Amino acid sequence: MLQQISGSIAVANAVALCRPEVIPCYPITPQTHIVEHLSSLVKSGQLQDCTYENVESEFASMSFCIGASAAGARTYTATASQGLLYMMEAVYNASGLGLPIVMTLGNRAIGAPINIWNDHSDAMSVRDAGWIQLFVESNQQALDVHIQAFKLAEALSLPVMVNMDGFILTHAITRVDMPDQEQVDRFLPPFIPRQKLDTESPLSIGAMVGPDAFTEVRYLAHHKQKEALTIIEQQAEEFANIFGRDSGGLVKSYFAQESDIVFVAMGSVVGTMQDLINDLRSEGYSVGILSLRSFRPFPANAICNALKNAQQVIVFEKSFAVGMGGILASEIHMATQRYADIQGVQISSVIGGLGGRTITKQSLRKLVDKAKQGDLDAEVFMDLEANTVVRELKRQQDEQSSGPVAENILRDMGVVSASKTH
Amino acid sequence: MTVQHKPFAITLDVGSSHLNKTGSWRSMRPVYVDRLPPCNKACPSGENIQGWLSLAEEKDYQGAWRLLTRDNPFPAVMGRVCYHPCENTCNRGQLDVPVGINSVERFIGEQGLTHNWQFHAGEDTGKKVMVIGAGPAGLAAAYHLRRLGHQVTIFDAAEKPGGMMRYGIPKYRLPREKLNAEIYRIEQMGVTLVLNHAIDNIERSQQEGNFDAVVVAIGAQKSTHIDFSGQSSIPILDALSVLRAIEMEKRNPLIGRVVVYGGGNSAMDVARTAIRMGAQDVTVISRQEEAHMSAHPFEIKEALEEGAQLLCLRAITEINGQVITLERLKTSEEHHSGHSHGVATGELETISADVVVLAIGQVLNDDCLSATPKIVVKNHTIEVNNMMQTGQDGIFAIGDAVPSQRSVTTALGHGKKVARAIHAWLNGKTYQPAPQNEVVTLDKMEPWYYSDAPRTVQPHLESMRRKNGFAEVLGDLDQDHATYEARRCMSCGNCFECDNCYGICPDNAITKLGSGKGFEFKYDYCKGCGMCEAECPCGAIAMVTEDI
Amino acid sequence: MTQKNTAEQTVKFYQTGTFTVGNRLLDEEFRTVQATEERSNSIDSGHRACQGCGQALGARYALDTAMRVTNNKIIAANATGCLEVFTTPYPETAWSIPWVHSLFGNVASVASGIAATLKAKGDSETRVIAQGGDGGTTDIGFACLSGLFDRNDDVLYICYDNGGYMNTGVQRSSATPGGARTATTMPVGEHPGSSFNTGKFLPAIAMAHEIPYVATASVHDLHDLERKVEKAMSFRGARYIQINVPCPLGWGSLPAHTIKLARMGVESGLVPLFEAEYGELTQSTKIRYQIPVEDYLKAQRRFAHVLKPANVAQLETIRALAEKNIKRYALL
Ligand SMILES: Cc1cc2nc3c(=O)[nH]c(=O)nc-3n(C[C@H](O)[C@H](O)[C@H](O)COP(=O)(O)OP(=O)(O)OC[C@H]3O[C@@H](n4cnc5c(N)ncnc54)[C@H](O)[C@@H]3O)c2cc1C
Ligand SMILES: Cc1ncc(C[n+]2csc(CCOP(=O)(O)OP(=O)(O)O)c2C)c(N)n1
Ligand code: SF4
Ligand code: SF4
Repeated sequence: MLQQISGSIAVANAVALCRPEVIPCYPITPQTHIVEHLSSLVKSGQLQDCTYENVESEFASMSFCIGASAAGARTYTATASQGLLYMMEAVYNASGLGLPIVMTLGNRAIGAPINIWNDHSDAMSVRDAGWIQLFVESNQQALDVHIQAFKLAEALSLPVMVNMDGFILTHAITRVDMPDQEQVDRFLPPFIPRQKLDTESPLSIGAMVGPDAFTEVRYLAHHKQKEALTIIEQQAEEFANIFGRDSGGLVKSYFAQESDIVFVAMGSVVGTMQDLINDLRSEGYSVGILSLRSFRPFPANAICNALKNAQQVIVFEKSFAVGMGGILASEIHMATQRYADIQGVQISSVIGGLGGRTITKQSLRKLVDKAKQGDLDAEVFMDLEANTVVRELKRQQDEQSSGPVAENILRDMGVVSASKTH
Repeated sequence: MTVQHKPFAITLDVGSSHLNKTGSWRSMRPVYVDRLPPCNKACPSGENIQGWLSLAEEKDYQGAWRLLTRDNPFPAVMGRVCYHPCENTCNRGQLDVPVGINSVERFIGEQGLTHNWQFHAGEDTGKKVMVIGAGPAGLAAAYHLRRLGHQVTIFDAAEKPGGMMRYGIPKYRLPREKLNAEIYRIEQMGVTLVLNHAIDNIERSQQEGNFDAVVVAIGAQKSTHIDFSGQSSIPILDALSVLRAIEMEKRNPLIGRVVVYGGGNSAMDVARTAIRMGAQDVTVISRQEEAHMSAHPFEIKEALEEGAQLLCLRAITEINGQVITLERLKTSEEHHSGHSHGVATGELETISADVVVLAIGQVLNDDCLSATPKIVVKNHTIEVNNMMQTGQDGIFAIGDAVPSQRSVTTALGHGKKVARAIHAWLNGKTYQPAPQNEVVTLDKMEPWYYSDAPRTVQPHLESMRRKNGFAEVLGDLDQDHATYEARRCMSCGNCFECDNCYGICPDNAITKLGSGKGFEFKYDYCKGCGMCEAECPCGAIAMVTEDI
Repeated sequence: MTQKNTAEQTVKFYQTGTFTVGNRLLDEEFRTVQATEERSNSIDSGHRACQGCGQALGARYALDTAMRVTNNKIIAANATGCLEVFTTPYPETAWSIPWVHSLFGNVASVASGIAATLKAKGDSETRVIAQGGDGGTTDIGFACLSGLFDRNDDVLYICYDNGGYMNTGVQRSSATPGGARTATTMPVGEHPGSSFNTGKFLPAIAMAHEIPYVATASVHDLHDLERKVEKAMSFRGARYIQINVPCPLGWGSLPAHTIKLARMGVESGLVPLFEAEYGELTQSTKIRYQIPVEDYLKAQRRFAHVLKPANVAQLETIRALAEKNIKRYALL
């Protein structure tokens, strides 16, 4: 059924179609509308056999999910940014215990300075937490991927985080095709937990494991994520069969294999890029996009496969590791290093859209042009206000007797001209 | 039930901790022990008091009676006349008041009489034992010998059996039907009782009757006498003959103003008997101050309640006509013994009396021993070794006739001991008493687990009522009270299956074997923390060092 | 299970001990759960608690009672801490009931989550118990616990109060009693002794939430403890029981003295035992034989410095606390 609704409502409705049994919530922008809507679905009786609970923090919320899931319920929650960090300990715990919780992350920057707008810092902060991390480009995909997320989580007995750009997707009112209950039921069978707290068959879940077995436990977790690479693809196919849409999968290629210049990106920015490359291609550019839909597990093979003909890869990401640089870029680097035949590819790391800064087609086009000229730096902070930075650095330098020269710093940042570092 | 697909290491199967044998941590191990309750140790008859109280609290009165009478065949009597030294040592006394052991014993004794429970003789050994004297010592010896299967004949000079239980202790303390019934029960075991038969030559009688062994249980039947100066015009009698006369319903000598001289229990018995016989007034004269009189305080108290008067720290110096001259004494503490005795002050006073009764002690009448020179008499008692054997092989002596506490219960204890000694002797052996367990003192127990429980007081006859006649002074406990009293016992030193160790062990290292079977340690898991020992209410667990 | 007739007990059971675990003279139904051969042994042999651990005992007492009351329909969640560590080191668990451990500070929420599942599935028979040490309860897990109370989730939360972070080597928690030495409150410096005073008293905070049932219990009085757990299970909604569980390691006491110390704590007035319903005090367990607080302190090395003459002020505050408790909870 076609509906003109916000991303949050779309996701909430999709989650409801998955028949969740326990939903704890805690408000934080920009995911709040999702749980608000679920609250009224439960209260009004539209979503039945579901316990919805207002808890006192995100830490409690994830812990609540842990208990609920361990007791055998299909469990869902949502959060963002500070909330994710506040629940961090439990985030690791949920995956460590192998609990198939589904969580929406309405991606948002992390403070300080506090900022409610979109970027991917929150998602990246839990990249090693053992969760499956999926990214969506559009609201249609957001609702589709949530349906797949439950099936995936339950198949693997691992928690799944669906990353959805805050505001850009959550608050955008678009037309979506909302599946009906019968379709969802066909795709998603009732939850049969791998293990659960059961008085008829008691177990102790959450043992203390020492050096004698810890490595093996961790390795097995790694192995499970690798298994997910196959399952994600299978389920995407299954989903397409039932719903008639291609939604999900590990990666999505838009002319990636046949282009010289390829953007690699995650989330809603892919939509903007699509607009751009449609223009550019009609102008004769050889440019494509590789959208990473699964960040964890990291689909190195699929990525390399898609990039094998590219000359220049622009890894665009909405977060970075301060003091190191682009996270996705370095992971793509690592992946390509493992493929002898694509080792020669040029990889630039572009950081942009931080804290909600608008990503314009214009700025992206500049990147492509520079790349085409072989002039794109290894690391670029897109649309950085150089004047502001220089002014501030100067001021700081004046105040300090020692410290690095502002210009050097700016050179490092590629803001002032520097020798190319490829 | 779900099929659980457990993740490796993080999820574990129940029961798996059993693989971890924590017993290896232990340096001390707990063991169950039986310790000796102080009451048991203090009981001259060696009764397993804790044992029969435990049955009594379960209302298994026959079981209690059987256990009790293994040591003492006179529960109904002892429940009345015993001075109950057991109660003085009762650990409960340190918490509130001692358990009323004696009153429960009496209750059990009564149950025995009511239900006519009987004793059983042991399998016949073909051996014959002669017992001289049917006082408590002789009767107990006969009883225990009979249980061991020996044939027993008792000879007594008196008309009726019982010794001082009959001719000393007045009826208001020991109704005769109780005494008769308990003696009869012993006769029923096949003990031959020959009355009105004084023995004057022991060896001759032994030979005539073909007895393999002899028990001399003739008591201390001769009253001590003092000759006072002066010209007395009133009868000067002794306690024994007075009590005996009254028992035999002879003419009542206790008329008018009765003066009883002596500070012991027999003085009180005479005084209280005199009141019951209608004496005009009764005065007890004691050389000791009240606190040091050898009579039991409750006897004194009751005598006073009944109207007797007490003049302490006085000695009779002369009797002229009806006037008795008394000299006042003062106390002096003798350093070494702590005993007090009166010291003359020279101050004199007089009182008048119609009769004086001397109650100043009894000694052995050794007339019948002269024909057997190997039996040595010293300090008015027969010398015996620790097996109660006299200098004459095969002749044993017990009770008041030998150095002893001079009480019925001591006599009964002697009876038990001598029976075992004779049994061994008849088999050519020497009796080896079982080694006694360590006594359990309160510090080895954890009394917190017992709630406060004041003692049930046996119903007392109103003092007014008891003055007029020989009705029994102390009443019976009813069943509820007897149960209650039995349940005040803390079972010192002996497991009573309170489940404390089983419940308290943090390592579940104790198996409960089920009712009556006790418990067992699982040494595979016991870490030796010692909590079970510390929290055993009755001190029936000990920690012993583990030899590693 | 029928309520025990205490009146009957006080009249009838002496030799068997009115306060002992079992009593062969009682009808089976009146005996404690621990006295029975059929008790569930929720925590079983082979666990790695120190010798004489009060917590190992308290947990079995409480859980076994709850198991009996619910016909073995208990799921337990556990905070990180001694109880968790000594019962579930891979590859061995000592629990015989369904049990989960997640984190140090989240057990209340984990338990709420379990309860939410049961509710969603319409399972009103199975009941949930959350358990944690005093650190996991009064400090790091406090927010989650307060949330549980506030929502009135159907969970019985049991705090095993050993007065410190024992598992990490005896540091101070907010429930550590005033004056007690811990690794982070050493009796050194100008004012030897802990500058913290009474310790955070969570039962009162729980009462302030007006939850259906709050109780304090102690491992030395099993009858009282079992009765309270049983009572707690008769309510729906949030319930809190705090159990006094001496820790030989942290308290510097003899393993054999664990129960004795629990008893002395109560009988000195420092550990009040009471019950409250919907925020109102309903019952207090009377002190049977009052003892001076010094007797209690003397038996523990953690208070050794308090008994030195220089520290009399600290001793006075401890005495004052006992007196206050006695008055406030009518303990005499
Ligand atoms: C007045 C009085 C009150 C007492 N009250 C108590 C009391 O309340 N509680 C208590 O525990 N103790 C009491 N006693 C002490 C107690 O009665 C004696 O210690 C106990 O009876 C001693 O027992 P026995 O068998 O050794 O001697 P006895 O009881 O004296 O019995 C000796 C028996 O031997 C017989 N006899 C003696 N010589 C011969 C012989 N040649 N041939 C045949 N038979 C002979 C006697 O006739 C007598 O029957 C009391 C004593 C007296 C005098
Ligand atoms: C978030 C977090 N902080 C700290 C710890 C370390 N830690 C584990 S157990 C524990 C102490 C537990 O103390 P308490 O809750 O009182 O229980 P006890 O061990 O005394 O029974 C601490 C501090 C942890 N596991 N997690
Ligand atoms: S309480 Fe248990 S572990 Fe401790 S000594 Fe006794 S049996 Fe052993
Ligand atoms: S440190 Fe204390 S609480 Fe922890 S196991 Fe040892 S005794 Fe028990």
